[in-house]
Amino acid sequence: MATTTVARRAGIRLPAWRADVAIVAVAALLLAYLTVVPLVMLLLGAVSASGSALDFQFTTRYLERVLTDQASLELLANSVMYAGGSAALAFGIGTGVAWAIERTNVPARSLWYGIALVPLIVPGIVHTIAWLFLLSPEIGWINAPLKAVFGFSLSVYSLPGMMWIEGLHSAPLAFVLMSAAFRAMDPSLEEAAAASRANAWKTFRRVTLPLLLPSVASVLLILFVRALEGFEVPAIIGVPGRIFVYTSRIYLSLKLYPPSFGLAAAYGLVLLAISVVGLVLHRRATRRIERYATVTGKAYRPRRLELGRFRFVALGGLGLYAFLAIVLPFLVLLYASFVRVYSVPSLESLRELTLSNYAFILNDDLTRTAVFNSIVLGVGAATAVVALTAVIAWVTVRTRLPGRGVLDFLAFVPITIPGIVLGISLIWVYFTIPIRIYGTLWILLVAYVTRYLPYGIRGTSAALIQVHRELEEAAAAAGARWWPTFRHILLPLLRPALVGTWIYIFIVSLRELGSGVLLYSTQSVVLAVRIFDLRDSGNYTSIAALSIFLIILLVILVTVLQRLGGRTIREA
Amino acid sequence: MLQVEGLRKTFTTDRGGVRAVEDISFTVQEGRFFTLLGPSGCGKTTTLRCVAGLERPEAGTIRLDDAVVSGPGHFTPTYARDIGMVFQSYAIWPHMTVFDNVAFPLRVSERPPSKAETRRMVEEALALVGLEGLEERPAPQLSGGQQQRLALARALVRRPKILLLDEPLSNLDAKLRERMRIELRQLQRRLGITTIYVTHDQGEALFLSHRIAVMQAGKIVQEGAPRDLYRAPASGFVADFVGEATFLPGVVTAGGIRALGGVVTCALADGLAPGEKGLLVLRPENIVVRAQPAGVPNEFAGTLRVAAFLGDRLDCVVEIGDLLVRARAHPTTQLRRDQKVWVEFPIEHCTAIPDDGWRPRALARTFDDEES
Repeated sequence: MATTTVARRAGIRLPAWRADVAIVAVAALLLAYLTVVPLVMLLLGAVSASGSALDFQFTTRYLERVLTDQASLELLANSVMYAGGSAALAFGIGTGVAWAIERTNVPARSLWYGIALVPLIVPGIVHTIAWLFLLSPEIGWINAPLKAVFGFSLSVYSLPGMMWIEGLHSAPLAFVLMSAAFRAMDPSLEEAAAASRANAWKTFRRVTLPLLLPSVASVLLILFVRALEGFEVPAIIGVPGRIFVYTSRIYLSLKLYPPSFGLAAAYGLVLLAISVVGLVLHRRATRRIERYATVTGKAYRPRRLELGRFRFVALGGLGLYAFLAIVLPFLVLLYASFVRVYSVPSLESLRELTLSNYAFILNDDLTRTAVFNSIVLGVGAATAVVALTAVIAWVTVRTRLPGRGVLDFLAFVPITIPGIVLGISLIWVYFTIPIRIYGTLWILLVAYVTRYLPYGIRGTSAALIQVHRELEEAAAAAGARWWPTFRHILLPLLRPALVGTWIYIFIVSLRELGSGVLLYSTQSVVLAVRIFDLRDSGNYTSIAALSIFLIILLVILVTVLQRLGGRTIREA
Repeated sequence: MLQVEGLRKTFTTDRGGVRAVEDISFTVQEGRFFTLLGPSGCGKTTTLRCVAGLERPEAGTIRLDDAVVSGPGHFTPTYARDIGMVFQSYAIWPHMTVFDNVAFPLRVSERPPSKAETRRMVEEALALVGLEGLEERPAPQLSGGQQQRLALARALVRRPKILLLDEPLSNLDAKLRERMRIELRQLQRRLGITTIYVTHDQGEALFLSHRIAVMQAGKIVQEGAPRDLYRAPASGFVADFVGEATFLPGVVTAGGIRALGGVVTCALADGLAPGEKGLLVLRPENIVVRAQPAGVPNEFAGTLRVAAFLGDRLDCVVEIGDLLVRARAHPTTQLRRDQKVWVEFPIEHCTAIPDDGWRPRALARTFDDEES
């Protein structure tokens, strides 16, 4: 009797238990394949004497070189200076803009907020090319007149030049993060200081600044890591200027003869280590923000500083930022796209405007392939990531299954892997295991999916956490089985967030360069890589046309998709 | 009718604590309003969720009208139980209109009623809670009180055998809460639907229930009608949780307990013998405070430390030796802070119970610093 009860109970409970565990196991294996395998291969690659992990022979040759030789130490110094300088600049600009918009009475704040977000759309490579046009030593828009009048020019091919371009490009990110930090601060904390008879300066120094300090640290660290991982500026400006950092060195280890996969992996490992340290520190700083609990998710109405006469100084500052970050780069690209040979604009050059660059890119087979590939990859990566992370998020947020924490962690791991390091890791993976996808779109899809897993998991878990568990339970209590509950309750409520995550991944994938640049072939070329390639052939005016095309494509996509997404949000 | 026998459920919460329900048994008769009352973490919500099928008990049997819905080797999933449930957050689906929210249980049922019948039933349910005419309103546009009614209409629309309510009033403001509990009581009495109600608010429990089960640390410590729980609490915990009380602990003697430097005359609860530790529970409304001694039994002299005017009464705290006694006097009584008073514990209201060691949170003795 007792045994039959036990058996019956086991018979009923076990299948359900197995299905749960099977889902978790499959998801864990898939995640491990996407994140752990490349990292292991990177490690093996860095200590392998042969070019393959199959006939593995241990060597510390590459690591020794990467960690000890003079050129490598210079590389470290360059990388840290470059990333630090860019981060500081981006932080300065972004915080200034955020402060003006969030904490002062500068005119047309909400309009400026929108404008400050615009540069986020511009791909790094396009931004970099535009500033090359502006600061090129001989013919740059800024340098040519400088040289004519003052007899000197600003060299873009320098560390400060690189910092300027990268810093300006990352400023919108700093703006978004700092503006969130400003908003999340409860103004009553400052009011309490004022009520304790602290004047404006003391309030700032004793209350505002200490409260913002963790945010400042976390934003600086994220900017630093991003600059360190960036490939566009180091490759396009740094390489010709002979200022090397890790990302460009990894690229060159493979592109210069003789290519050394071991050296590339060793450099990749060092870059990964620095990036992990940066992000761990970032996570710590963020924890402190949570402990201070000024970030409650609640939007406060902040106290705004009355600028008085200085309102127009602030306005001028914002205008200058918009001019440098948006107007000027766009104008120079637009101009360059309509001329045969790039030069400083003159009456003659304006008289000879041409559509030939656009004709070239529209008729160029590789460009057409790139557009097609980019869209296919974007759709594929966004769909795969959202589907996979939605399942993982459901497991981690809604169930008590064992191993759910591991899933969450694995999905977050790729945030530490720089694009180019992922590229070299995947080369090692697919040189070693017998899945022949190197040089096809599939390897790019694998790279993109891995790279965007963290964005996916962040978006989908946030969405699931927002949907109160009781909303699902109420459906069960109303007599609905699993499927009607999913279809009528969960899916409609999750849709806006899922669509939003999908759009975000789709857009960023269209701009992706770092992870693709080591993995593509002529069949699997993508947009950003195509721009990068055209530059090798010196075809700068066509690049300008393709850049304008890419910007217009992105603006249209963002507008249309936002509207679609916005409608689903309003519906819900 | 609902029968729960030997229910057990253990799990770790998200914060790592272990919560458990151990050996819970109770029966709710047809048409009765039954309340599970206890502090947070006592297992009352877990018990309710087991009845709903949202948690799977480890042991025990749950019978709904003689049919086992949960027992050894058998577990009826939530959707197949004939229940209606109102959640603490109301769980109103924000992407639906009022009508769609209420119609959902009908539409997903095994044999969905016709469109006309659905409309009729939805309108009837909405009329029941006073939401008629709001059918096409998007649910998020309702006020808190309206959402609460909507949740009730949705729980009632398919006329379930049993209605489960999980702290439904806790998210409302005080005034609205008071009104809603009147409506809820009238509705339940009129429909005669068997109801289980979970709350930590003893006022709600007393107001609404036919029977109350007081829970402490995963167990039911006392079950009874509201009147009996209040008058004859079985333990210090129950006395403290249901209503306000001053505790007078002491050793039991024949006909009283030794306390306040003498013997307080009182009756003894069953099973309490002289020599044991007893507890005298004094309700504030039963204590008489006078400016002059009346020469009655159980009268003690003390100093009035607090006399706060609350409109319908005067809330008093009297210091007798090192004991602080909470009492209630008529609002027109002329008493002043720090004056000498005489307090009577009327014998008919005094019964000593076994002392379980539970003590109410002590009143801080800082009245001297306070402005009155």
